[in-house]
Amino acid sequence: MHISLFITCYNDTLFPRTGRAVVAVLERLGHTVEFRQAQTCCGQMHYNTGYQAEAMPLMRHFLEVFRDDETICIPSSSCVAMIRDHYPKMAAASDDPAVSRAVDKLLPRVFEFSELLVDKLGVTDVGAFFPHSVTLHPSCHSLRSLHLGDKPERLLKEVRGLTLIDLPEATECCGFGGTFAIKNVEVSAAMLSDKLRCVLGTRAEICTAADNSCLMHIAGGLSRQRTGIRCLHLAEILASTEAGEVS
Amino acid sequence: MSAKQDIIDRIRNATGGSSITSEIEYESINRHYRQAGVLDPADRIELFADRLADYGSPVYRCAESEIAPTVAGILTERAKTGLLVPRDLPRIWLPEGFYFFRESPDYRELDSSEGVLTDCALAIASTGTIVLRHAPGEVSRALSLIPDYHLCIVFPTQIVETVPEGIRQMSSFATLPITTISGPSATSDIEMTRIKGVHGPRTLEVILVT
Amino acid sequence: MSIRVGEAATAPDFPVAAKKLVSNAQIRQNVRRATDVIRNKRARVVEEVEDWEQLRQAGHEIKEHVLRHLDFYLQQFEAACTRAGGVVHWASDADEANRIIVDLVRAQEATEVIKVKTMTSDEIRLNPALQAAGITPYETDLADLIVQLGEDQPSHIVVPALHRNRMEIRRIFSEKMNLPELGYRPEDLTDAARAYLREKFLRVPVAISGGNFAIAETGSVCVVESEGNARMCLSLPRVLITLVGIEKIIPRFRDLEVFLQLLPRSATGERMNPYNSIWTGVSPGSGPREFHVVLLDNGRTNVLADDLSRETLDCIRCGACLNACPVYRQTGGHAYGSVYAGPIGAILTPQLQAMQHSHSLPYASSLCGACYEVCPVKINIPEILVHLRGRVVEENHAPLLEKLAMKAAGYVLETPERLSLAQKAIRIAQVPFTHDGVIRRLPGMLAGWTSVRDLAPVPKQSFREWWAKRQKEPRL
Repeated sequence: MHISLFITCYNDTLFPRTGRAVVAVLERLGHTVEFRQAQTCCGQMHYNTGYQAEAMPLMRHFLEVFRDDETICIPSSSCVAMIRDHYPKMAAASDDPAVSRAVDKLLPRVFEFSELLVDKLGVTDVGAFFPHSVTLHPSCHSLRSLHLGDKPERLLKEVRGLTLIDLPEATECCGFGGTFAIKNVEVSAAMLSDKLRCVLGTRAEICTAADNSCLMHIAGGLSRQRTGIRCLHLAEILASTEAGEVS
Repeated sequence: MSAKQDIIDRIRNATGGSSITSEIEYESINRHYRQAGVLDPADRIELFADRLADYGSPVYRCAESEIAPTVAGILTERAKTGLLVPRDLPRIWLPEGFYFFRESPDYRELDSSEGVLTDCALAIASTGTIVLRHAPGEVSRALSLIPDYHLCIVFPTQIVETVPEGIRQMSSFATLPITTISGPSATSDIEMTRIKGVHGPRTLEVILVT
Repeated sequence: MSIRVGEAATAPDFPVAAKKLVSNAQIRQNVRRATDVIRNKRARVVEEVEDWEQLRQAGHEIKEHVLRHLDFYLQQFEAACTRAGGVVHWASDADEANRIIVDLVRAQEATEVIKVKTMTSDEIRLNPALQAAGITPYETDLADLIVQLGEDQPSHIVVPALHRNRMEIRRIFSEKMNLPELGYRPEDLTDAARAYLREKFLRVPVAISGGNFAIAETGSVCVVESEGNARMCLSLPRVLITLVGIEKIIPRFRDLEVFLQLLPRSATGERMNPYNSIWTGVSPGSGPREFHVVLLDNGRTNVLADDLSRETLDCIRCGACLNACPVYRQTGGHAYGSVYAGPIGAILTPQLQAMQHSHSLPYASSLCGACYEVCPVKINIPEILVHLRGRVVEENHAPLLEKLAMKAAGYVLETPERLSLAQKAIRIAQVPFTHDGVIRRLPGMLAGWTSVRDLAPVPKQSFREWWAKRQKEPRL
């Protein structure tokens, strides 16, 4: 299958390794990956912070870049949620029927990474090897917007050598919340401390999630406290083989 | 301009208000929730008794002809000499050897009484609810509230299973004062510990007629 | 007009208030314990209801319907209530409502009133208005009694004194009720409250209440409670004054079948709360001889005017969103600076005030969506929060620095060339802040991040650069 990758602006900049991992997994499964250099950002940060006018050109650009793609893979639940939950509203607010049509056409072709694997490609075993103990943080967008359910878990369970440990109070928000992490530092940190307590309690070596946004925040806390626990995006675990982790 | 007109005007400006189609729109509201029970009468009664037990309300069962002696037994066990009753409570339910006074309008007399005996308008099994209808001659609000002890007689034919069925029956006396009672009064305001019996009767007991 | 939502107009910004509360270990413990208890109870009793989603949908639709025809239903209520011997008053704002109520109490030559819990009266600041007129209000809900005697503010819709533990409550009661020998068990404290209040219930001639539901069809009011104090206030005094926001209207008596299932399970995690009182006008021979309803606007028509956030008024004040909220859990209610706290408070408070105040409240959320999941009438709170953030920005209440940063970011993100350039620029700019492969301190707006978290530096090669390079290389 021909799969077009929307890496997301923050993965592109801060977590390119996640993108490399997505490419590695999809190619290993025999698919072709396309990356359109024209892509930028879905507009989530602006939209959610109240700058809906600034998000509009970003949406239009996204619609333009991915206009002809049949299958779009996005390794970020929050960006998929932005597209699914908010692009239709933004399109309606734009009063531009062409935009509304483009959004209608787009939605069925957008997949979060674990959705793509499990639902569209029908696989849970991607041939991965990762001999570590791992705990999974199910991000809020995964849980409540995309209803990913147990897809990430099912994928992790097929990884050879991996021990999956349940995260207590898993459904509690980690406290990132986009610009919330900066505008409400104290509360964001308080929420993070609860999440860290749960992660530490599992004694897992690795904390993973379908969203690098949450992981950036959790890893920031794990690092500040010198816990020695790593955070890896789900794709990076799935890309790992006997030959090693994706570089 | 009156406040009423101001408010109505603001509402109309806000919604482009129209009262013409409200009835039609009301009928089109989706009501796919359960509107009727599924239990047979025996199970319904047991469910009701279960719920009362959950609330810590003792349930006494007896045949209709045995109501008076059952009341007598309960009063003896509770070391009570009598109870207040609403004016129209059937006399045949009241045993000999005890005092049964009609309610007094004096709140302090109600406060110092030994308790009250009433029947009810209906009961809802799924929530363990007793519904009182405060019509003239039937139990008044004050009478069912101020005394510390409430003994209530419930007939099986008065028990419905679901809240919607209960509300439907209540609609037939919708403009009378109504009190629904589901267990004794309680608060969880002190460290989330549920304490029973703040202001209403601290003891509620039920005679379930079989 | 003087719309007032408690002290919200002058309350400190949420981040400022939250900072103090987050440092208060006792409040955090109390809030956590209380919210855990109710969350779990709610989950248990909701799980057993097979038609819960259908009930939520019906509740939502009924409320939305009422709002679309609010003028009709309010007038229908007024007519029916008046026919039954009630007197209906209309109040555009807090001051007007206070004036009406004070005049009604004065007309009785009463200097005391007993009150049933109503957040609406806190919203309009009724108690200070009564006191200024020489009338003493006695709160009769246990938690509100604790708050009143403790000279404090409520911190939760359903459990207003959850920020107080039993030692504090004992101290307050012992002092204010003059009970030096008062015991420490919760039972001792409720016994003390019972005796203290009973004396008032049996004597005070005027009561003030709120109403959970006002039924248009019959002109009836329904009050939902647990303790029995509402039953006392609604039936024993000579005169009853009931204050309700105009959004409390429901169309018909039968609609109680939906709300009396949604509310108790959501609010206190019970199948049914101990007592519901429903009454219509006055009943000859029993109960109050005079009954007055004050219908309050106080900014509700402002909320109604924005059709994208109007559903805020669907709220039945169950408090489930507070218990589910991970932000509320860390701060409790006082951080919101309003009688309405938590997720519903974050959207209702600013809207009542026509977005003139409380601009930080729509941002007091990580948009996790837990509130929407538990709302019994399906208010899409996260969506409304984002919409209100848009209004804060559009109506020029956003911080200047933030606006500039967002405009700059928007500019950069519009084209791939600008994005690439920005990525290169950040890689250079971060060098002085990167030590041993980690960033521990950043300046300016980003200092908030590094004050509590580390940051991994931006990698030397972005994904798009890696891809471009890979495309040039021959592959197997």
